[in-house]
Amino acid sequence: MAKKPVTFVLNGAERAAFAEAGQNLLDFLRRGVGDLTPKYGCGQGGCGACTVILDGEPVLACLTLAESVAGRRVETVAGLAGAAPHPLQEAFMAHFAAQCGYCTPGMLMSAKALLDRTPRPTREQVVEAISGNLCRCTGYEPIIAAILAAAERGAGA
Amino acid sequence: MSESMIEFRKDLFADERDDRLAVIGKPVRRQDILGHVTGRSPFFDDHLFEGLLHLRCARSPHHHARIRRIDISAAERSPGVVRVLTGRDVPRNLNTLLSLLDFGIDDEPVLSEDRVRYMGEPVAAVIAESEAAAREAAAKVRVDYEPLPHVLDVEEAIKPGAPVVLDIYPGNRFIYHGKYDHQKLRFGDVEAALRAADHVVEGRYQMSPIEQAPIETCGAIAAPETNDRFVCYTSTQALFFSLATSSKVLRLPSSRLHFIGGTVGGGFGGKVDSIHEPLAILGAMLTGRPVKYAWDREEEMQVGGPRGAERWYITDGVMRDGRIVARKFVGYFDSGAYTRLTSYAIMKAVGHLPGPYTIPNVYADVYCVFTNRTPATAMRGFGITGVDFAIEAHMDKVAEVVGMNPIEFRILNAYRDGDMKAHRRIAKNCALIECCQVVAEKAGVALSPEARRASSRQGGGGERAQLPPRTGARREGAGRGLRRPRLRAKRRTTKRGRRVRSARRPRRPSRECRPPRLPPIVRRGRPNLRARRHLRPRVLPLRSRSPQSPPPPSPAPRPPIRFSSISGLRRR
Amino acid sequence: MIEAVETYATAEEAARALGSGGALYLAGGTLVMAEVNANRAPPRLVRALDPALRQIVPTSEAIRLGAGVTMAQILGSRDCAVLHEVARQIGGPQVRSMATVGGNLFARNPYGDFAVALLALGARAVLAGQTSPRPLADLLRDRDRPALVSQIEVPRPRDERSFGFVKLARVHPRGASVLCIAALLPREGSRLRGVRVAYGGMADRPVRAAAVERALEGNTLEEATIARAVAVAAQGLDPPTDALASGWYRREVVGVQLRRLLERLARQ
Repeated sequence: MAKKPVTFVLNGAERAAFAEAGQNLLDFLRRGVGDLTPKYGCGQGGCGACTVILDGEPVLACLTLAESVAGRRVETVAGLAGAAPHPLQEAFMAHFAAQCGYCTPGMLMSAKALLDRTPRPTREQVVEAISGNLCRCTGYEPIIAAILAAAERGAGA
Repeated sequence: MSESMIEFRKDLFADERDDRLAVIGKPVRRQDILGHVTGRSPFFDDHLFEGLLHLRCARSPHHHARIRRIDISAAERSPGVVRVLTGRDVPRNLNTLLSLLDFGIDDEPVLSEDRVRYMGEPVAAVIAESEAAAREAAAKVRVDYEPLPHVLDVEEAIKPGAPVVLDIYPGNRFIYHGKYDHQKLRFGDVEAALRAADHVVEGRYQMSPIEQAPIETCGAIAAPETNDRFVCYTSTQALFFSLATSSKVLRLPSSRLHFIGGTVGGGFGGKVDSIHEPLAILGAMLTGRPVKYAWDREEEMQVGGPRGAERWYITDGVMRDGRIVARKFVGYFDSGAYTRLTSYAIMKAVGHLPGPYTIPNVYADVYCVFTNRTPATAMRGFGITGVDFAIEAHMDKVAEVVGMNPIEFRILNAYRDGDMKAHRRIAKNCALIECCQVVAEKAGVALSPEARRASSRQGGGGERAQLPPRTGARREGAGRGLRRPRLRAKRRTTKRGRRVRSARRPRRPSRECRPPRLPPIVRRGRPNLRARRHLRPRVLPLRSRSPQSPPPPSPAPRPPIRFSSISGLRRR
Repeated sequence: MIEAVETYATAEEAARALGSGGALYLAGGTLVMAEVNANRAPPRLVRALDPALRQIVPTSEAIRLGAGVTMAQILGSRDCAVLHEVARQIGGPQVRSMATVGGNLFARNPYGDFAVALLALGARAVLAGQTSPRPLADLLRDRDRPALVSQIEVPRPRDERSFGFVKLARVHPRGASVLCIAALLPREGSRLRGVRVAYGGMADRPVRAAAVERALEGNTLEEATIARAVAVAAQGLDPPTDALASGWYRREVVGVQLRRLLERLARQ
C-alpha cells in the first residue's frame, strides 16, 4: 500500500506527513500529524465531533480524504488559542458549554466557521451552525449562549 | 449552566439550611474545562504510541447459536495481521462483573468458544497493524454456527419450554442467594387491602432498551511498560472495577496493572462493563506491543450494553377519597444474554418501591430475566428510572379513576417525615409535597387550600410510623425446586442407629418480622443523633422490646459481613 | 482496504478509469468515505479535479450545475434560488460544504433529497465524455451500473413559486428523510399544465408520483383537486420499511405531507 506525502497548512503553519491510501483526514491529523484535537465519534458524518475548517468551510474530517487537503488550509482547535484563549474558548468556559468535553472541539470549529463569516449571528443562525454537531451532555443551550456571548464580545470581528 | 437557567427556591426548608455557603449555590468553573476547550483533555485515545496495533472482533450474526468450529487461518494470513485471539488464549474465560463483590455466578466469556447468546457477541479478536487491516481480517474469520431457537421477550423467556439462554439458570431467571428466582418486597397484606379498596386500577408499562450513545465510543489502549507492568488507558467509568476484572480474567496480579482513566467522553452508565481492557491488555501481553481496542459507532450502538428493557405490572387499591391503600408490582428486567449488573439493578429498583408515597400495603416480585438480547447495563438512574416512569404513569391513571387532579393526588399520598416506608425505615427529609406545589405554581394548576397548606414536615409519623400488624410469609413466591432455607439442624444417625444431635445453628428471626417500636424523630434545632441511632444499619434483634431496655446478648458469633451496603449478598 | 487512489485532471479520464471496474468515484465523500471507513468500498478510489465540475453556469433556459457543485455553493448562488429550499435541508453545515449534486443522484435511502427535487424539476444529466443530456429518470433507473455524471441541466421554471419541497425528518433542523416530496405545478391560466411530483423515501429510489400527477393535471389547484390528489398519494407504491420508519407509516403520512405542500403552493 503506497503512502503519499501530503503538504498542507495546519493552523497557519506548513506541515507534511504521509497519508495511506484511503486514509481519512481525521485519522491523518490524529496519528499522522499528531494533532489530537479533532475527535472520532462515528466515522459516518452523523456526530460532527471531527469538524475542522478547510479553506474557510466547516467539514467533517472523518469523511474527507486525507490526501485531498494537499496545498490547502486546515484549522483545528489546536490553533485557536494564542497567548490567551480565543474568545470562543473563554465564552465556552464561562457559560458551562462543556461537560464531558468530547463534542467541544467540533462545536468550537463550527462556531468559528460561523463567526468568521457572520460576526453578529442571530440565535437561529447559531442553531443552524451547530446543527451538524451532536452533544449528549449539555442540552445545547449553554453552547448557544456561549457562541452568542462570544459574538457580542467581537469574536468574529 | 449559567445562573439564569437555575431558580433557587431558598424559601423552602430555609431553617434546615445554612445559606452562607461559599461554593454551593454559586457557579464554579469546571476544573477540566480548559482542557475541553483546548482539545487537550486526555481521553483514552489521545495518547500516541509507536507501533500501535488495532484490535477488532469477529462477532456472531445470530441471536443464539452453538459454535461448531472457529477457523482463524484465513484471518491470520490476512495482510497486516499480527495475532488472532480466541477463547483459548484467555487465561480465565468466564466472568461476571459482580463476582468482585461476591455476587452472582461467572457466566460470560470474554471470547465465546462453544455458544453465542446475542447478536454481536465476540468470538475472535484480530490484532493488526491498522484498523483497516483488522477490519478486513475480522471478516475472514470463519465460524461454523448451528443456529438455535432464540427468545427476545422477557415474558416469553420465562414460559415453560422457552429456549434456555444460560444453562446455569434453566428458568431464564437469575437466582438470588440460591433461594429465590426474583427479589421480593412484602409489607402488610396487599390482597386483603385490594379486596377492601373502593377501586382497583391495573396498569402495564413497558420501556425498551435505551442506548446511552456517548459521543466517545468505549475503548482502551494497553501497552507493556518497562517495570513488568501493563499500562491501560481506558474510557471506563469504573476504573477499579476494570482493573480488578482484568486482573481476574487475565490471572495477573493487580500490582502488575497500571490503569489510567477518569477522562470519559460521556458515559451515562454505558462505560462500566469493563469489556475492552482485558482484551487490550491480553493483546499487549501476547504481542509485546501497544494494542487499541475500541468500538466503532455501529458496535457502540448494537453491541454496547443499553439500559435494559423493563416491563411492569402495577395494581393499586385506592379509596374513593384518593388514598392509595395497596400497591402490587410485578416487574421484569431484561438482562439480555448475561447477568452483568442487572441482578443489582433489581435490588436498587425494589429499594425504590413503592415510590415516594406512603402506602400501607406493598407487594413486589421483580425478576431478572435472561433473553437473547444484547446484555443490559447501567444508565442514569440505574434500576429506578424505568419503574419511576411506570409509577408516575400509574399515579396519573389512578388519579383519573378517583377524579382527582394528579398533583393533588400526589400531595395526598406523598410520604411525610416520620412515615414508615415499605422497607421498614422511617422517611426523613421528604420534599415531594413542596416539589408538587412548585410544579403546580409553574404550570398554572390551581390547588385546593389543603394541598397548598400541606407540608412534608407535617402530618407524618404517629400512626403512620407503625409497622403493619401482619406481613406475608417470606416463603411466598419462592421459586419451585429451589433449596428451602433450613431452620433446623439436620439429624444424623450413628452407626448404632441412634440419632445424634449436632450443634444447633443459631435460630433465625421468626417469619413474621417485628422490629421494635421506633422513637419519633426530633426535628427542631440540631438533629438528635441519639434518637436517630436506630437509623444506622444494624442486625435485627430477635424479639420486640422497648427502646429503653438494654440490647439482648448477641447470638452465636457470626463472621463479619463483607459488604453491608448491598443487602443479601452471600456471606462467607 | 483501499489499495489505490487515482486522481485525474478531467472527468473523461476519470470515467475511463472507472470503466475498468473495482472502483468507486469519490466526489464530496459524504457517502463514499463512510463506506471506505467501514471497509465496504472496492479497492480503488477515482477522483477528478476538473474545475468544470464545480461550476454553476446559468443560461436563460436552465441552470447548468457541474456534478461536483456542493450544496453550500447552491446556497451561495442567487441563480439557484429555486433550489435553496432543498439544499438548506440537507445535512448540517459541514455536510453541505462537502455533498455534491452529482453524488446525491446515487444516494441510497434515506438520502437523496436533492435528486428528488431535480426529478420534479425535469432535470437532465450529461455523462462524462458525452454531450447529449439524458432524462434524470433514465439515470436513476440505471444507477446500479457505474456512470460518471459531469453536469446536470435544471430547466428554469417559468414561475419559481410553482416549485415546492417538503421533507419529513425525525430530527430538526437536520436529519435524514423519512420521506420527501418535490412538486412542480406550472399553470396555464388557472389550470395546471405539465405537473411533476416526485417522492423520496417511498421506493428504493426517487420516483414520480404518477397517480398524483394524473389527479392534478389539467385542473385548478383548489380543495377538490387537492383532496383527489391526496386520496391517491400512495397509489402504486410500496414504501420501504427501515430503521427510520415502517412502510405503513410512510403510506399513512405521505398524503398528509402532500396536502401541506399543495396547500402551500396554492397560496403562493
